[in-house]
Amino acid sequence: MIVADRKPLTEILEMIDDCDNVLIIGCKGCVTVCNVGGAKEVGILASALKIARKKEGRTLEVGERTIERQCDPEYIELVKNEVGSYDAVISMACGVGPQFLSNAYPDQRFFPAVNTTFFGGAVQHGIWEERCAGCGQCIIHYFDGMCPIARCSKSLLNGPCGGSAGGKCEISKEVDCIWDLIVRKKMENGRLEDLLSVRPPKSWDTARDGGPRRSVREELVQ
Amino acid sequence: MRLSYPSNIKVIQVPCSGRVDILHLLKAIEDGADGVYIAGCLEGECHFLTGNLKARRRVNYVKKVLSELGIEPERVEMYNLSAGEGPRFVEIAKEMTERIQALGPSPVNLKRAA
Amino acid sequence: MSDLKSGSNLEKVLRAGHFAFTGECGPPKGANVEHLKEKVAHLKGMVDAVNVTDNQTAVVRMSSWAASTIMLQEGVEPNFQMVCRDRNRLAMMSDILGVSAMGIRNMLCLSGDHQRFGNHPQSKNVYDIDSMQLIALAKKMRDEGTFMNDEEIDVPPRLFIGAAANPFAEPYEFRPFRLAKKAEAGADFIQTQCIYNMERFREFMKRVVDMGVHEKCYILAGVTPMKSVGMAKYMSKMVPGMDVPDELIQRLQGAGKGKVAEEGIQFALEQIQEFQEMEGVAGVHLMAIEWEHRVPEIAERAGVLPRPQV
Repeated sequence: MIVADRKPLTEILEMIDDCDNVLIIGCKGCVTVCNVGGAKEVGILASALKIARKKEGRTLEVGERTIERQCDPEYIELVKNEVGSYDAVISMACGVGPQFLSNAYPDQRFFPAVNTTFFGGAVQHGIWEERCAGCGQCIIHYFDGMCPIARCSKSLLNGPCGGSAGGKCEISKEVDCIWDLIVRKKMENGRLEDLLSVRPPKSWDTARDGGPRRSVREELVQ
Repeated sequence: MRLSYPSNIKVIQVPCSGRVDILHLLKAIEDGADGVYIAGCLEGECHFLTGNLKARRRVNYVKKVLSELGIEPERVEMYNLSAGEGPRFVEIAKEMTERIQALGPSPVNLKRAA
Repeated sequence: MSDLKSGSNLEKVLRAGHFAFTGECGPPKGANVEHLKEKVAHLKGMVDAVNVTDNQTAVVRMSSWAASTIMLQEGVEPNFQMVCRDRNRLAMMSDILGVSAMGIRNMLCLSGDHQRFGNHPQSKNVYDIDSMQLIALAKKMRDEGTFMNDEEIDVPPRLFIGAAANPFAEPYEFRPFRLAKKAEAGADFIQTQCIYNMERFREFMKRVVDMGVHEKCYILAGVTPMKSVGMAKYMSKMVPGMDVPDELIQRLQGAGKGKVAEEGIQFALEQIQEFQEMEGVAGVHLMAIEWEHRVPEIAERAGVLPRPQV
């Protein structure tokens, strides 16, 4: 899923400083699963913003709405009667949401309430980790199901570097050295052979380096 | 045991402190409460195993939100005591009342009054 | 010796079977040419080549190719370092051509320390290719005379290609294999991380020799004399992939006030002596960090002077 973190409240308050009423739109996709932008978090943000405004002696009307997905025009369409009645709209979806909303409703201002961080999953309740870098050319089968592009701090294809210690990366004790894990798994499974020849440079033209990407499925295009 | 506790405290009963949500605490502050606390069972003695631990985490979350907004996080608190400890309940109620009185009215109310 | 790959002094020394002795010099944090020349002067005639670091520990300094060029003008042979953190393949290839054009003949290929602990942690890192692929790229350009895309190069670069190895990073079992991989990629010589745990290094070299890697590339053992107990403790705790045994720290502590640096040099001299006799070790890489002025004394006492004229 796409993982995100809520922006600091002060940053959101600054965005809406000139507003007397705002609509907060949540998303039932990824950000609901990672507990950052679903109906519940919309409620919490609404309350926190109202508390902040009351403290200043100013009022703030807050509308709350959560739609199926903000990355789909079909659902964006459903809020057409609401967005116009507010001074601004706050989106709690990943970075895709406020862009789809802005595109659909060019007269309204849309503010992002979250910082979109990575593609990953929950390794335990409340803790998410990055797993994919969206490079456009998957190679995890060479590395026994572990991606060195997303999970090695230097994206090494011929690791581990000299900074690997105690199974951790040189950048932080919180970060596993993925190359340590790859090497150990290969050794345990008798496949060390796989790591003995030099893996050639990767082509990044399918990644963001090749420019903004687009996916077309002819069979679906109407 | 007919013990009396400060009358300014409004008790809301829930089946388990784990039932108390972040939003309940926030709404209380938003609607003008000067302070709000949860009296849960002793840690390790939750009938639903981890209800009181979850409650503590939620209290901590709300403390963080209040700090971010420049409001004293001490206005929200988590206490643990057993159901049989009537005197302890009174003690906590007094302690919390004194703390909030020392802090004064919530800034949410101050501006409204002004 | 017409079959020399680069014609560098370091290559010639190693080819002739001499025990190589290389030094290191960090470029200034500014355009202070005089300071650089001063540091370089201490090393002249004392070593076969001097590594010029490339934004070491991700701290911005004068570019390694520029400092290498100045060094060359001062009559000292540079070992130009290049890290994968700061350049994509275009910049790498153009810099390789550039340094070769300037007469620089040694190049050390490194991944580079992550910028997180440098002085610009907000920067975007590149890592278009890794150190292994950089070695292979330099070799391809030199030996095949083509760019990475197979396009022909008009006058290919001439470089003696080096790489680093850290026998003390984990997983230990894999380190000899990774060294072998660097030799396979095209490294002509290897310089190791600073060695303090001699026991572990002996084991490492035994495996390297058993695999025959020492016959494919020259291996130079890394030595950094300890200046103080504080430095030893810092390296032991704070530098990832550094193995400083407690016995060494105790030995330095036991040296007594004002004598720690001498004890550190003494240990380094003992190491150099052992490396001269160790199978598979072709030289020593002396990284006297901000201690360039002590290099002549260390070289003298290690008995590696005068340096061979080849």
